[in-house]
Amino acid sequence: MLVGPSDQNPICIASVIVSHLQVFFFGFGWLFFMRQLFKDYEVRQYVVQVIFSVTFAFSCTMFELIIFEILGVLSSSSRYFHWKLNLCVILLILVFMVPFYIGYFIVSTIRLLHRQRLLFSCGLWLTFMYFFWKLGDPFPILSPKHGILSIEQLISRVGVIGVTLMALLSGFGAVNCPYTYMSYFLRNVTDTDILVLERRLLQTMDMIISKKKRIAMARRNLFQKGDVNNKPSGFWGMIKSVTTSAPGSENLTLIQQEVDALEELSRQLFLETVDLYATKERIEYSKTFKGKYFNFLGYFFSIYCVWKIFMATINIVFDRVGKTDPVTRGIEITVNYLGIQFDVKFWSQHISFILVGIIIVTSIRGLLITLTKFFYAISSSKSSNVIVLLLAQIMGMYFVSSVLLIRMSMPLEYRTIITEVLGELQFNFYHRWFDVIFLVSALSSILFLYLAHKQAPEKHMTP
Amino acid sequence: EARFCTEKYEDRFQYTHKLKYLSFSGVGKSSLVHLLCQNQVLGNPSWTVGCSVDVRVHDYKEGTPEEKTFYIELWDVGGSVGGASSVKSTRAVFFNSVNGIILVHDLTNKKSSQNLYRWSLEAVNRDLVPSGVLVTNGDYDREQFADNQIPLLVIGTKLDQIHEAKRNEVLTRIAFLAEDFNAEEINLDCTNPRYLAAGSSNAVKLSRFFDKVIEKRYFIRDGNQIPGFPERKRFGGGTLKNLHYD
Repeated sequence: MLVGPSDQNPICIASVIVSHLQVFFFGFGWLFFMRQLFKDYEVRQYVVQVIFSVTFAFSCTMFELIIFEILGVLSSSSRYFHWKLNLCVILLILVFMVPFYIGYFIVSTIRLLHRQRLLFSCGLWLTFMYFFWKLGDPFPILSPKHGILSIEQLISRVGVIGVTLMALLSGFGAVNCPYTYMSYFLRNVTDTDILVLERRLLQTMDMIISKKKRIAMARRNLFQKGDVNNKPSGFWGMIKSVTTSAPGSENLTLIQQEVDALEELSRQLFLETVDLYATKERIEYSKTFKGKYFNFLGYFFSIYCVWKIFMATINIVFDRVGKTDPVTRGIEITVNYLGIQFDVKFWSQHISFILVGIIIVTSIRGLLITLTKFFYAISSSKSSNVIVLLLAQIMGMYFVSSVLLIRMSMPLEYRTIITEVLGELQFNFYHRWFDVIFLVSALSSILFLYLAHKQAPEKHMTP
Repeated sequence: EARFCTEKYEDRFQYTHKLKYLSFSGVGKSSLVHLLCQNQVLGNPSWTVGCSVDVRVHDYKEGTPEEKTFYIELWDVGGSVGGASSVKSTRAVFFNSVNGIILVHDLTNKKSSQNLYRWSLEAVNRDLVPSGVLVTNGDYDREQFADNQIPLLVIGTKLDQIHEAKRNEVLTRIAFLAEDFNAEEINLDCTNPRYLAAGSSNAVKLSRFFDKVIEKRYFIRDGNQIPGFPERKRFGGGTLKNLHYD
């Protein structure tokens, strides 16, 4: 039992607890970076790893403070203090540090600007700040009585970007999830299809090889005839090559063009074969018990997806924003309509804790998985630093906006701290914006998946 | 006269040999293949999707009276060794009748060399693991490589990007690696053709390697059966594959 006569003591103790947890989150971010993201690359700039882990640690601390709020851990003044502190640090990271380092690493890869690295990265950062600031103009996010560099200004803009990202991912995820889970959408792929495609691929490779052999042989002949330089050098060399072209060389360019076309074809065939193998594996997976379970889940998620799209449309059309959170509404329903009496305060606290906890954990996990997939898909050994920092930026903005939106899922008494700390943000705007972007994203994903699905069987039908 | 020479070459080019490249993406296989086949530096290397092939004209036993000219096909197979099994299954198509393997890694990236073990297992053991999924997780067995009849060559790229101070340490590590594979090793920079200039030790090693590949392929056909040689597929054309490590 901690007894503190003055107001300072609880804050100190709270700081100790919070900082311990922060170290834990930092370690988790560090391990994730090392084991998952960078498992095929060598970490040469440790700054990148530190920044990523720090962003992750402070974002998780925000969620942890929400949980503390619900559970009533630590005194409210210390919670408030830590909220403010954490928010300042995270805004500092997201608006100053990460963009600056992104600019620095981008400039480092361009050899020309190598000497004036710092100068150019400052320039890039200033450009970023300009656009970042301009972002706030078309949106009615603030009451116009705040200063230039206040928390509200920065967080409102970060919130806009983050909410857009969340809604995009959420919309695509809501549509893609039933599409991948349900076996209804699986194309029928037989072993013969795969064999046919493989044979075509190998035939194409053989054709490429025979043409390249001819080119190599012709080039060797030219070389041995004394034409040491195939490439014309200098002005007179060019004139000479234009006027006196060897009889075989026009043939060569023609063959080279054919080879280029065949190589493009071979790439297409390769990707199609990979696609067929993947589909075949999915078909086999769907026959297993786990596959059937996911199939059932897919039907459930498709209903959920349709419902969410419907609700988003209703919200936008009727310009309505939910007033009560699901927990309180659920309790109201059980108390009023079902007549079950129970300790409202106690249960609302625990249920909110569980609900909010689940939301937090799934959004963190979902984001990390998406980031990892994205990173594997687009990174190469040269651009890995820049991409990881971009991902850290996205992650930070995503988590900050989750805090904005999560407010709606909590009962009124727990919302106060967020409202207090974040000041006079127009929270309703963010929810509306989320609905709009979610709708756009979900509908375009449906369109995109429909087109992709339609196009695929036609490709395999062609002989 | 040109025509006569052509016909004569045609006669000699009876057998073609497939060579396979195994390496990481971003390592510089495409530049390497271009350098080996066309003796020129690749101007604009771009991402390799799937498999790309190039052909090198090689003089077997150059300078001796038994000199013969052969085609060597270099297959540059892309993909990650720990990647999706659908990609692995597709890759398995290219793994048939390999005559030699070139393992390419990035000297500045330690992890690319560590994964070479898994790559070589995938290629050498393709008969034991037809699904393309590796049973081991990177541990290798020296015995397997002792029995292995397929000639191996280890090439390290981006030599110019290593600082002088660290060079010795890196080169020692690579020497151990090559010993594990029972293979020769070459370290170079693909943007500089002088590393493979005629007469240099690298060029000699390369030439010897190609000769070994041709011997294994050409002389087996004459009836000398080497025990344990996996002879599943048709014998037409050996493949030297470049295992690409993405």
